[in-house]
Amino acid sequence: MAEIMYWEAIRRAHDEEMANDPMVICMGEDIAVAGGTYKATQGLYDKYGPERVIDTPISENGYTGLGIGASFLGVRPIIEIMSVNFAWLAMDQLFNSAAKVRYMSGGQLTAPVVVRSPGGTAHQLGAQHSARMEKIFMGIAGLRVVTPSSPKQAYGLLKSAVRCNDPVFINEHELMYNMKGEVADEEFFHSLEGSEITRHGRDVTLFAYNISVHWCLQAADILSKQFAIEAEVVDLYALAPLDRAGIAASVRKTHRAVIVEEAEPAVGVGAEVMAIMNEECFFELDAAPQRVSAVHVPIPYNHSLEKAAIPNANDVVMAVRKMFGK
Amino acid sequence: MNVADKKRLLREMLFARRFEERCYEAYVERKIGGFLHLYPGEEACAHGVLDAAKPGHDYVITSYRDHIHAIKCGADPRRVMAELYAKETGSSRGRGGSMHIFDVGHRFMGGYALVGGPFPLATGIAKAIKMKGGDEICICFLGDAANNQGTFHESLNMAKLWGLPVLYVCENNLYGIGTRIDRSTAVIDQYKRVSGYNIPSAQEDGQDIEKVFKAAKKAVNHVRAGKGPYFLELMTYRYRGHSMSDSNAYRSKGEERMWSNRDPIIMLRDRLIAAGHISKADYKVMDNEILDEIEDDVIAFAESSPEPRVDELEKYTLAENDPWVYGGGR
Repeated sequence: MAEIMYWEAIRRAHDEEMANDPMVICMGEDIAVAGGTYKATQGLYDKYGPERVIDTPISENGYTGLGIGASFLGVRPIIEIMSVNFAWLAMDQLFNSAAKVRYMSGGQLTAPVVVRSPGGTAHQLGAQHSARMEKIFMGIAGLRVVTPSSPKQAYGLLKSAVRCNDPVFINEHELMYNMKGEVADEEFFHSLEGSEITRHGRDVTLFAYNISVHWCLQAADILSKQFAIEAEVVDLYALAPLDRAGIAASVRKTHRAVIVEEAEPAVGVGAEVMAIMNEECFFELDAAPQRVSAVHVPIPYNHSLEKAAIPNANDVVMAVRKMFGK
Repeated sequence: MNVADKKRLLREMLFARRFEERCYEAYVERKIGGFLHLYPGEEACAHGVLDAAKPGHDYVITSYRDHIHAIKCGADPRRVMAELYAKETGSSRGRGGSMHIFDVGHRFMGGYALVGGPFPLATGIAKAIKMKGGDEICICFLGDAANNQGTFHESLNMAKLWGLPVLYVCENNLYGIGTRIDRSTAVIDQYKRVSGYNIPSAQEDGQDIEKVFKAAKKAVNHVRAGKGPYFLELMTYRYRGHSMSDSNAYRSKGEERMWSNRDPIIMLRDRLIAAGHISKADYKVMDNEILDEIEDDVIAFAESSPEPRVDELEKYTLAENDPWVYGGGR
């Protein structure tokens, strides 16, 4: 078991899948000769050559559609979109082509593409480089959405996504590429569905995904030590489909829930998880569920304003304390 | 193109015409729903180009005006009509509709309903062909108005950059829905627009199938020889509106008359009659045979087919029983 960084885990998954299947290719802006903005494809160009490790022009909709078309014939492209903000430009091909082709062809064609992209706010990148777009992707039928919170998930989810026959969007995070974590030396695959209890607790469930899992783990420590509240942290690494049974199971245990998301609250993960709780386990709840979300603004450049727009561990602690009147 | 080929193509084009006209009737009878984009007037484009290629072997992709391209690739006309009738026996099992005919077995990779959407898909199919090393090419049929989408430029750039085996066929019918090309497009001659990407191109009369065939042969040979993409513009005209919901009020009677005098089927028919290869009576017999076939075979199949089951509404949304969804096939 080695401790490696998130980007190294992604790179390893690429390398193994490309070695395993000559139809696996990767493509994106600056991913080949330069090795990728976040080094996720470092060294692959030298190893697999220009036909399989492709620097694309800055044409997000064009190269995403090209990857989708290639996947119709059994090619398995891993498409990197350098920043999720640029994925807006590829929505047409992702949603109109990849997500719908299996259905509208009556099951004849499928688009087994993987699109990876970092979302989230980093450090003062401004309104057009700080989007959190998971809510957009998770509402589209025909598309799977996963979002790794650790190097282990980053590796295992990408491995499964490459082999799965559905189009998969992997929502990574600008701030997590240098995060370290243990990843088994042996090859493994991570389920693209379900959720994971990252910390067991009996008093309240903190539903989180991607970077907010880490805020919740910090918050849970504070709540335990300072307020004697034992929080359970449930990692919703699969955003589409969401784990309805897993969400309900944790609520049946703790009877309280807070959903923590880096995105704005409207039409988001928190809203969806609340709706699932209403539908699956409403009478198990002892208190109204809460959301901890970003402020509904374009992300500002100013550092203080930016910090104020995005939730953190302390916001999670405050929300739980309020729920318990502590 | 020998006499037998010409007679066969005359029959194929007439079948295409009658098929589409019957769709029109079925739409008026409300047997066909949704949007319906018909091909009459443009038959020589699909038939001429695909006769110069290898339908069923080469990959073909197009827009929502797709019935005839599918049939020319080998799709069973009964299943295409059943799709329009939204039946389970339809080419897309009643889930696609007129704009989404697919027959992957014959390498007809679908009709797509976002203008310009197939450009990158076609280019990607060509990328896959190149990776696999086969002698197939990809042929992408789209209208002139699609060339004003970003996908046109993005795809041409990548196709040339990577030397991909794709033939873009522009069926220039002079209108983007109801807007005439000179009111929407700065450069009227579409074949000139690709010179910015250093892609060889040609413009040809799309109503004369012999000219289309000849131009397409050159284009197909270029692409199949591994010389990269090619762009062929065919000047044509659609007799019906953009779709059935189009009042078609934006075109003059004079313009319509001018084009109907250059009807691709009539031109080929008259040429074959003048050369003594067929008689007027032969043509009439053929027409009646086609009309009977469409009624007794194609329509009867569509009418008598079952609808999809409502309890299978969610089928085909995602892959079924895919072990990798659960992280393991091993």
